[in-house]
Amino acid sequence: VFYPRVICPLSGSEHLEWRVSAGLGTVYATTVTHPREGAPYNVALIDCDEGFRMMSRVEDIAPEAVRIGMRVRFRVHRPGGDEPPYPVFVPLETA
Amino acid sequence: MDGLRRGSAAIVGIAESDLGAVATEMSPVDLMAQGIQRALADCGLHLRDVDGLLCATTQSRTSGLALSEYLGISPAYIDTTILGGSSFMFHVAHAQAALQLGLCKVAVIAYGSTQRTVGRRQASVREYNPYETPFRPFLPATAYALAASRHMHQYGTTREQLAAVAVAAREWALLNPAAWEKKPLTIDEVLSARMVSYPFTVRDCCLITDGGGAVIMTTAERARSLKKSPVYVLGCGQAITHANISSMPDLTVTGALQSGRAAYRMAQLSPGDIDVVELYDAFTINTILFLEDLGFCPKGEGGNFVSNGHIAPDGGLPVNTNGGGLSYCHPGMYGLFLLIEAARQLRRECGARQIADCETAIAHGNGGVLSSQSSVILGTQATI
Repeated sequence: VFYPRVICPLSGSEHLEWRVSAGLGTVYATTVTHPREGAPYNVALIDCDEGFRMMSRVEDIAPEAVRIGMRVRFRVHRPGGDEPPYPVFVPLETA
Repeated sequence: MDGLRRGSAAIVGIAESDLGAVATEMSPVDLMAQGIQRALADCGLHLRDVDGLLCATTQSRTSGLALSEYLGISPAYIDTTILGGSSFMFHVAHAQAALQLGLCKVAVIAYGSTQRTVGRRQASVREYNPYETPFRPFLPATAYALAASRHMHQYGTTREQLAAVAVAAREWALLNPAAWEKKPLTIDEVLSARMVSYPFTVRDCCLITDGGGAVIMTTAERARSLKKSPVYVLGCGQAITHANISSMPDLTVTGALQSGRAAYRMAQLSPGDIDVVELYDAFTINTILFLEDLGFCPKGEGGNFVSNGHIAPDGGLPVNTNGGGLSYCHPGMYGLFLLIEAARQLRRECGARQIADCETAIAHGNGGVLSSQSSVILGTQATI
């Protein structure tokens, strides 16, 4: 189940436990968002190998070079300031 | 929707409020009231006849209270279901149920938005989602762009095919005096416009306008005694598949598949029986997805289907005959305008864009980020 929640949307059970993902996945969908100011950036949906999907972005390559089906690996992104860290992905070959 | 009876209720009055960029002092509730007044005049009913009120807007937290106070009415039946742009198709089904049960006799569905005047950020505040907001998706465009990327990957849909949807909408808009856009548009102009979220340029995205309107419904019996030809509610269907795009099960298949099936079943009609098609085109991919999911072409062939002017004026299938959210108007939650245009076509009131001999229409609403889907099939007296 992803995102974390207090009941399971499949079974209705409230007996859920934390599981740790291996951090490997495949790009399911991808776009490059062009803000009115600043550089374009990637937004992608990643299908993780454990069977859940999450929004993230793929870094270390040009945003338009991200391809559906590309294998990717999790990396922690620390935006700094008061913003908490969040998960991004990088291509598996270069990781 | 097994409790709803085909043709038990009808749309009898329709009207837009002021559209486009309204006077700065106008509020969303002003626009609702203006739409209601015009729609009542359209069918010859009076405010005192209204005992059912259905409305939704992102700019008034308790719009049912605000609108009741404004109109000086205490409705016997009230419903402020808000599920995004498709809310008004849900309202049609709820109004039909209320009319069947005798909970009210005359139901008004109203919408108003001043998002162009006050700015989109102020008109519709986005909630913080810890699983999406950090990635700065430009919502809703980014969510629909992700769906488009998947459709292009799986089915080879091209940017030119997406652009064909915008061009067809513009051609229809040029036949509609009320449309915001007044100049022709080419595929190349769509492709070379400012990029918003790949594959969408600003011409793949709906307009940001003000606007509102109202639809008046009553029982089939009472409808026959009013000014205009009744437009009967033949079928309704709905489906909710997710709220956020990261939770959508399959980005190439929408809940329109289920909502359409339910509406066709209730209407005892199939896609081939539909004369006029009004689809919620917030983005060009929407039209392609809904044509597929509502059965007008097989899954994956929507890109080909919309090409070569097939959904433009004088094409094979009339789609979004008012110019759509892409070229006519799009004041935030656009669903009400699809119902107005479908009813107007069936009443033969569409002037230069009128579809000859049309007896049936589908108005399909979309809400959120492909999240809520609701289909309404309408028909003339001849379909009863």
